[in-house]
Amino acid sequence: MTYAIRTTTTAQPTLLEKVPPLSWALALLLLVMPLFASNFVLFQIFGWTFILGMIGLSLMFLAGYGGMVSLIQMTVGGLAGYMVAILGTSGVPTISLGWPWWLYIPVAILIAAVFGTLVGALAVRTEGIYTIMITLAIASAFFYFTRQNYGLFNGYTGFNRVVPPDLFGLDWRQATPFYYLTLTCAALSYFAVVYVARSPFGLALQGVRDNPRRMGALGFSVTAHRILAYTFSSVIAAVGGILLVWQNAQVSPGTAGIPQVIDILVIAVVGGIRRPIGPFIGALIYVLLRVYSPDVLLAFGLSGERFKLLIGLGFLVIVFFSPDGVLGLWEKYKARREKQADPLRGGRP
Amino acid sequence: MTLTQTRPGPVRNTAERLSSVSSGNALELRGVTKLFGALAAISDVTLTVRPGERRAVLGSNGAGKTTLFNCVTGDFLPTSGTIRLFGEDVTSFPAHERIRRGLRRTYQISLLFGGLTVADNVYLACRGVSRGRFSLLRPRINDVLVARATELIEAVHLTPARDTLVANLSYGQQRQLEIALALAGAPRFILFDEPAAGLSPTERAELVSILTGLPAHIGFIIIEHDMDVALRVAESVTMLHNGRVFKEGTPEEIENDAEVQELYLGNGHG
Ligand SMILES: Nc1ncnc2c1ncn2[C@@H]1O[C@H](COP(=O)(O)OP(=O)(O)OP(=O)(O)O)[C@@H](O)[C@H]1O
Ligand SMILES: [Mg+2]
Repeated sequence: MTYAIRTTTTAQPTLLEKVPPLSWALALLLLVMPLFASNFVLFQIFGWTFILGMIGLSLMFLAGYGGMVSLIQMTVGGLAGYMVAILGTSGVPTISLGWPWWLYIPVAILIAAVFGTLVGALAVRTEGIYTIMITLAIASAFFYFTRQNYGLFNGYTGFNRVVPPDLFGLDWRQATPFYYLTLTCAALSYFAVVYVARSPFGLALQGVRDNPRRMGALGFSVTAHRILAYTFSSVIAAVGGILLVWQNAQVSPGTAGIPQVIDILVIAVVGGIRRPIGPFIGALIYVLLRVYSPDVLLAFGLSGERFKLLIGLGFLVIVFFSPDGVLGLWEKYKARREKQADPLRGGRP
Repeated sequence: MTLTQTRPGPVRNTAERLSSVSSGNALELRGVTKLFGALAAISDVTLTVRPGERRAVLGSNGAGKTTLFNCVTGDFLPTSGTIRLFGEDVTSFPAHERIRRGLRRTYQISLLFGGLTVADNVYLACRGVSRGRFSLLRPRINDVLVARATELIEAVHLTPARDTLVANLSYGQQRQLEIALALAGAPRFILFDEPAAGLSPTERAELVSILTGLPAHIGFIIIEHDMDVALRVAESVTMLHNGRVFKEGTPEEIENDAEVQELYLGNGHG
């Protein structure tokens, strides 16, 4: 697989020059959003978009930079969410250990990262469709295990009242604090991925994607690089999973059920897996469809349940017209406009 | 313009320590055989190359030259036989372990990172044989390896193309990049697989000057159909035929050998 992710080690221009005006405008808009957006939009639309975007981003890192399509990301997030419920507090005091937040959050992320790494260690020995199959198999196993295990995962019901700690005397499930919490985590993960893509580890991962044999002939251990890519992406997925569980105030087998696992793939592919911003675009489209399409369908006299059909159709259309997702469409459009504006190619100057 | 690192890295020190305990050959093959199904691509090849020695490997198409390289670098494991690198038995080592001991290679068909720039390709090659392969921190502007990569790009005349995506390079430029990747770090022994194939006469002359300009301690094996190139850079020659070592000698001996002429030079490959 060869992707043209443009990257360079040369002289770095200043931050102001490097970032296009559109990005500045977007950043500003996101920062002041709570001034005019409703609580529903902040919590339900953007909060959820940022969370799903992060889990999608963890897949983008593996697939876009590492050439490995993993279906384990949602499960890693789900496991982190479970760990927060089990180690911290929940509505099931017989199981929850009630640790303080500064202990249960890092330990939950650590456990999820170890789990993701182990799955990676199994998955990197396979290629393409087999990676998808093995990760899907482990994700299903996790789903059924959590549903049947009552001692630790509390079976079918899972855990309710799993909420963020009251840091700084704030209720972090209020719309505005939750918006900023998820925005911060999403932005940090996004910039972490952008930064790491240009680090020796990130570059080597792209090398492994383009040409594993040559990487070996340059002194790199291809297997070790692939496994560590799972570790890195698991940390992002884990943070996303914890936020998701806090948003819903509950975690149950359905948090990382098979539909949710597949949705992450849909989100990443629809948005575009070539660039870190792609999954966030995919997540926004997904959330908008999930939230508003039942109303639209009802208005046309159709069952609201049909939204899944709409999402599926949207997925097909995008994959059909642009294998690089919505981002790919946008780039095609830009390229076409530039071509038209080029007088040498017959367009208007 | 220096082609190789003067300050030896930690990897090299270990390798040197290991080689000092043993026979002192750069490369030693004993009875190496590689089967592809029933086909013996190479059979019972025994070969020794001293440190710093420059050897040409000749042989017609399908003689097993590339397979020999693949066995030495660990791209394939041989079916039988042993391979020693600087005295150490590396027969079962994965490729990256051999590379870290100072072995390098170029590929007959360029094997590069098309989605990355020239600078990134060379930087990766430098990083692969040094520490910090897993570093999450970006290289700083004054990073030693970035500087080293810039030198290597300069050495193979690719400076104008340093920020070009490798997929967009011309064929000749890709061949030059292949060589830059093999020179990264502190190579001690290099395998060149038909580096001159498809190059223009000017590019060939440049290649010869790069090869002859390598520091004396770096030995290499070059597979080359172009006798002009092969005999100009090599001090000894091994002829392969049907996967077996057919003749060994100095360039003069091989050139004047009646059997060789009949088999190889005579049938249009010279
Ligand atoms: N991966 C492989 N699988 C099966 N057969 C192979 C493989 N690689 C090489 N061979 C076979 O082994 C024999 C030797 O091939 P090799 O590539 O080593 O020859 P060569 O001397 O490098 O030839 P050329 O001058 O064409 O590069 C050939 O018959 C080839 O078809
Ligand atoms: Mg060959």
